[in-house]
Amino acid sequence: MINSYDDLSPVQLDVLKEIGNIGSGNAATALSQLLGRSIDMQVPQVRLMDVADAIESLGSPDKLVVGILIRLKGDADGMIMFLLEEAFAKTIVTGLTGERSFSLYEMSADDISVLSEIGNIMGGSYVNAIANLSGMVIDMSVPALTTDMLGAIMTVPATELSEAYEKVLMISEQFLIDSVEIQSDMLLIPTVESLRALLGKLGVEDQ
Amino acid sequence: MNKIIVGISDQKLCKSPDVLVTYALGSCVGICMIDKALGIAGLAHIMLPDSNAIPNDKNKFKFADTGIQLLYESMIKNGAAASRITAKIAGGANMFATTTPAMSIGDRNVEATKKTLAKLGVPIIASDTGLNYGRTVSFNASDGSLEIMSSLKGNKTI
Repeated sequence: MINSYDDLSPVQLDVLKEIGNIGSGNAATALSQLLGRSIDMQVPQVRLMDVADAIESLGSPDKLVVGILIRLKGDADGMIMFLLEEAFAKTIVTGLTGERSFSLYEMSADDISVLSEIGNIMGGSYVNAIANLSGMVIDMSVPALTTDMLGAIMTVPATELSEAYEKVLMISEQFLIDSVEIQSDMLLIPTVESLRALLGKLGVEDQ
Repeated sequence: MNKIIVGISDQKLCKSPDVLVTYALGSCVGICMIDKALGIAGLAHIMLPDSNAIPNDKNKFKFADTGIQLLYESMIKNGAAASRITAKIAGGANMFATTTPAMSIGDRNVEATKKTLAKLGVPIIASDTGLNYGRTVSFNASDGSLEIMSSLKGNKTI
């Protein structure tokens, strides 16, 4: 019986990693179509981590990043937190709007709406991967975006959900766009209950 | 002067002229206590308002009610006089404005912090809480000043 993420078997972990891989592939394709450029992608790193370890692995807590939060409802409840570093945000915004300069410190309303939409598209790539594989129906909230210190943004998954969500599925992707290497981190955080239901649908339920 | 880092769901004490620092308070609250006459200061970084909500969590520093109580007790144990202890608090932001339930965790953390300090009889002499941005704080045991740094909103001292 899965009562927490610690109870997952190696096979169940592999299934979650595969979902991460498929979602990342979908995300890269979507991003490539949107930017009209070819995007190379390395095999994403998919890790199941404690919230605290995830925060630490993401870098210095006072690093300025864009955080995009999408809540999941329906057959699976939880949240997606998408973290963009300045280089990634800049590539996307300048690529899509033709703006010459971009800074996290001075984002326009257009910049924010472009990045929110990217979060929506990339988040959708993962949610679709889960929905297609499992047959679950999952609704995504409108993305909420903020630019702030990494540690402060991460208090949202760490605190608000701290009863049910001790661990997160962290998917780190390296994209190569026009020979610029950029990294994005996606945190997929289903409730333990939703995770149990998902694994059941995928045929790797508890023994 | 040493800079002592306080992690999430943790707390530490120091003596003048040392400084206690905690990074990136989002919805979390940093509670700073000081006995200025002795130069003993403490900083707790709490994540959640109420330990009763998650009874099987053993980390008492994580919660406003138990964490603040424990910080107060270690201040006293280290010689601070109950009558002289004052507090400053910062944090409790609502990082994503649009998608939180009726009362955000940040608000609930601030409320629980104020309630616990009131119960202990510790006056809050300055605070910088709420709104929608993260704060890094640095509490100076030599004069009790609390420096608050944010990425986009500038710095201030309270």
